[in-house]
Amino acid sequence: MKVVIMGCGRVGARLAGLLDAEGHGVTVMDTDSYSFRRLPPGFKGKALVGNGIDEEALKRAGIEQADAFFSVTQGDNRNLMAAQIARHIFGVKRVICRIYDPLRQEMYESLGLESISPTTIIADTLRKKLEG
Amino acid sequence: MYIIVIGGGRVGYYLSKALLDEGHEILIIEKSPAVCEIVNDELGSICYRGDGCEASTLAQVGTGRADMLIAVTGDDEDNLIACQVAKHKFKVPRTIARIRNPKNEILFKKLGIDVTISSTNVILEQIAEEVPTHPIIHLHEIRDKGLEIVEIKIPQGSAAIGKALKDVDLPPGTIVPLIIRKALRPIIPAPATILMAEDQVIAVIEPMAEDALRQSLRGA
Repeated sequence: MKVVIMGCGRVGARLAGLLDAEGHGVTVMDTDSYSFRRLPPGFKGKALVGNGIDEEALKRAGIEQADAFFSVTQGDNRNLMAAQIARHIFGVKRVICRIYDPLRQEMYESLGLESISPTTIIADTLRKKLEG
Repeated sequence: MYIIVIGGGRVGYYLSKALLDEGHEILIIEKSPAVCEIVNDELGSICYRGDGCEASTLAQVGTGRADMLIAVTGDDEDNLIACQVAKHKFKVPRTIARIRNPKNEILFKKLGIDVTISSTNVILEQIAEEVPTHPIIHLHEIRDKGLEIVEIKIPQGSAAIGKALKDVDLPPGTIVPLIIRKALRPIIPAPATILMAEDQVIAVIEPMAEDALRQSLRGA
């Protein structure tokens, strides 16, 4: 599977490493080349400097052939915009987006955008720890 | 009209100032406390501190009754999300986003944003076109002659309706070269031309005569 990941922070780099190890074709993008240091040694995918809310940069990352797109930068709005470009402009089949703000996540989820809110998940996990 | 402006930076500030002068109800949402303070000191308490992309902030400022939301922060993505939240969560009838990257125009349209624009002046012109109640639209300034060409619409109930152009008390020196009448070709009016409701009158005036012109063509 061809996968494009926008944002090479802890999550993006780890996800890229995991998918790469599973044999997927991974391209990871970040606006700062310094963040590519987080990629695991032996990473066989592509690391590309570029902004995921820019159509040209996405094309360079091979979005037109991609089967899946993840947006996992620090900015909710950037993630949402990139995800919508991937989905509505390039028609990527599987688009998943990280949104910290649970309210925003709820709304975009209802608009049909697949998303994950770490805020809700972590708060819930921590609460369960206390119970269990 | 109740208009919410997202972003109290330079564009947001001057845009709000102009809209306030036109008599609209304005609320600015701005993240930075320092910027909020400046706006509130200079324009009156119209700046609310918060994140304009957050549904909870928008709920607090009564976005449900807003007629328009204009997002003018410096970041395209923030402007997009603010408009989308306003549109989908609060059913704001018109959303306008400032954009930096001109390519985003097509994307934003596709994603349901009504209007995209890229500078303060264009924003003001656009609002003038979008809002039928806007009294005077500036079409052109003849700077070296100290004149301007404006468009003004004659509303229902105006005292000018049914009067010949020569009998309307226009400000001294006003020239009316053109009248655009609904569903008809534009006409070059004669002194005896009778004005009708909904006429769009193109006039050449001195900048100081704006209020007088408004009074003579839009006054009841």
